[in-house]
Amino acid sequence: MIAMFACMVLLLVGLYAVVIKRNIIRIIIGFSLVEYAVNLFFALVGFKHNGIPPIITDVAQSRSNFVDPVPQALVLTAIVIGLATTALMLALAMRIYEKYRTFDVTEIRRLKG
Amino acid sequence: MSLIVQVIARLLAGMLFLFGTYVVLHGHLTPGGGFAGGVLIAAAFILMSLAFGSVEQTERNSYTLSSVVESLGGVLFVSLALAGYLAGVFFFQNASVYGTGTPLKLISGGIILPANIAIGIKVGAGLFAMFLALGASRFVMKD
Amino acid sequence: MDARFLPLFVVVPMASAFLIPLFSRLWPRFADLIANAAGAALLGLSVNGALCLFANSQVLLYHMGGWASALGITLEYDHLTALVLLAVNTVGLAALLFSVRYLDHYTGRWKFFSLFMLVLAGLNGVTITGDIFNMFVFIEISAVSSYALVAFGTDFDELEAGFKYMVIGEIGGTAILLAIALLYAKASTLNMAVVSQVMAGFGHTPLFWFIVATFLVGFAVKMAMVPFHAWLPDAHPSAPAPVSALLSGVFIKVLGVYAMSRVMFNVFGLSRANAAPLFNLLLAFGVLSIIAGGLLACAQKDYKRLLAYSSISQIGYILIGLGIGNYWGIVGALFHILAHALGKGLLFLTAGSVEHATGTRDLDKLSGLEKNMPVTAWSYLLGSLSLAGVPPFAGFFSKLFIIIGALSAKMYWLAVLAALFSTVTLGYLVKVVNKAFFGRKDLEPTPAREAPASMALAMLGLLVLTVALGIGFKPVLDKLVGPAANVLLQGLGYAQGVLGR
Repeated sequence: MIAMFACMVLLLVGLYAVVIKRNIIRIIIGFSLVEYAVNLFFALVGFKHNGIPPIITDVAQSRSNFVDPVPQALVLTAIVIGLATTALMLALAMRIYEKYRTFDVTEIRRLKG
Repeated sequence: MSLIVQVIARLLAGMLFLFGTYVVLHGHLTPGGGFAGGVLIAAAFILMSLAFGSVEQTERNSYTLSSVVESLGGVLFVSLALAGYLAGVFFFQNASVYGTGTPLKLISGGIILPANIAIGIKVGAGLFAMFLALGASRFVMKD
Repeated sequence: MDARFLPLFVVVPMASAFLIPLFSRLWPRFADLIANAAGAALLGLSVNGALCLFANSQVLLYHMGGWASALGITLEYDHLTALVLLAVNTVGLAALLFSVRYLDHYTGRWKFFSLFMLVLAGLNGVTITGDIFNMFVFIEISAVSSYALVAFGTDFDELEAGFKYMVIGEIGGTAILLAIALLYAKASTLNMAVVSQVMAGFGHTPLFWFIVATFLVGFAVKMAMVPFHAWLPDAHPSAPAPVSALLSGVFIKVLGVYAMSRVMFNVFGLSRANAAPLFNLLLAFGVLSIIAGGLLACAQKDYKRLLAYSSISQIGYILIGLGIGNYWGIVGALFHILAHALGKGLLFLTAGSVEHATGTRDLDKLSGLEKNMPVTAWSYLLGSLSLAGVPPFAGFFSKLFIIIGALSAKMYWLAVLAALFSTVTLGYLVKVVNKAFFGRKDLEPTPAREAPASMALAMLGLLVLTVALGIGFKPVLDKLVGPAANVLLQGLGYAQGVLGR
């Protein structure tokens, strides 16, 4: 339970970084924090007291204490999506640096109205 | 990079590649699977590229080769998924292409093993191509 | 006819997205061939599916991999799915046909087509899936590919617009993932039908409203509802014209409106009767969108930016149609999805044609284009008449249904507002006509050549469909839009249709 509150705090810290910071790289790091927090929250959904990892090592084994494996598989997919998103953001940041010669978000505001 | 880094990189890259292949192949028995193993395989190539620096023609050839291998990995995955469909059973059917294996051995678990191999190839080649496009972009991007 | 064709909606574009990089190393034009063939195949599949559905009117189900409903992913195809798929694949094929010549401006042809195929795969996948996490995965596939497509030209404006769109859009995607995590914690399954059965017995506790609110935030960012719309006026003009047509015409509707209505109506079982505050909130945001989008569009000088603000305004119309919540309101909203997809797609394609011929989008610099570009000019005129709600075009009927819905729910002020702002819509769309196409007889006509044959063919195709939808609205209403509205209105009854077999 405490872990879930910690996830929410991490989410808010990441969101703060995305909204307030001016350097593009810091915005991307803040966004990675948001992704971590949501993935961690999702993986914690399958928690069970005295649970064991859901790996079958012996066919005739008791499976009633297995931690839920579905959120783990879903979090794997979400991590891959987060990787693709971060890579694309970094590629865009590199191109922005080549064109504008700065990483400061307040200086790349040519579109108005 | 310095001599120590280059010697150690040459030793480690082979072991990283082997460990990545192990994680991919045992994806249906132990944690890991296609994506995690693919990242390890890409890490082996990236380690070599970082330690030995970049020469233009080598980088461009590497980029072309890894792009082609990545596309082939994707096509392999789609054709695995379609194999059940065209044979009349369901799409992505979990039937085994090599007979039913015994549980908990390497040859078991139906279509999970070939799917893990396809994903491992695609992710490994894809991440290496991504690293080259971002890190060595003045050699690799032709515009 | 059984449901075996359902996975092809996702497999065809995805396989071509993987094959295009391989084959374009041999011959660069292979990408055009594969992409257009895939687009035509998708359109054929959706028309075939719609005809099957009209014939025996039964929900088609496909269990992927043979796994039963509660364990695996099922694809389900009912009238609402058929409607959205027709809109997606029609605009997709028109945009693909248009981009064959339009991409002469850009380098990296095969990358464009590969990304476009991924966007189409994602859009088709969102519509057809019956599993809520699968819907999130397809939303992210199409969203990430569209971020790359918006920044495709890698010029100053496009990079800024792409980065802004990316950060805002991904925060929305993360909100959807958080809501799915909370929903899974309560329902322990991911299949939409089984979740709706669990939700039926759940009751409207504060946790329920938190999940609904998080979903609403995520989908609102994707559909550019007014407080969350800041990315759209920068992203849609900066994208290449066929991508703008796809984004404005289809993307914001499938990812935002379709996904939101599927989750709200069918999974959560909300309706005007038991969740009136939520529907009033949708009405409020819709009214705000109509007013803000409409008034801001009047002040624009850039051709495509004006059309982008107009998209915000039309999404507002769809939202008030859904917010009214009775049969005619929802019918109007769904019909407007079709009419706006075809109409706005056509308008963005004409903008691309003008840009291809003259090299500029600034309305002050264009004049008298109808002499040199008659096809483009008449397409724009008729398309804008449709969007503004002039009979007998398609937009008139959709706004009429929304107004009928408002009147039968006794919201007279809403009907007056809808009618008033369709006059405003006509005003700013005709402004482009006056400046760029038919007006300003005193200035020299801007030198231009007519659009090449493939681009003109794409525009004429969409124009013919808009006119046909308007004239032939009755059979479309009875067979397609009416049953689709009933699918949404039956709420939790969706689960019976899916699980009863």
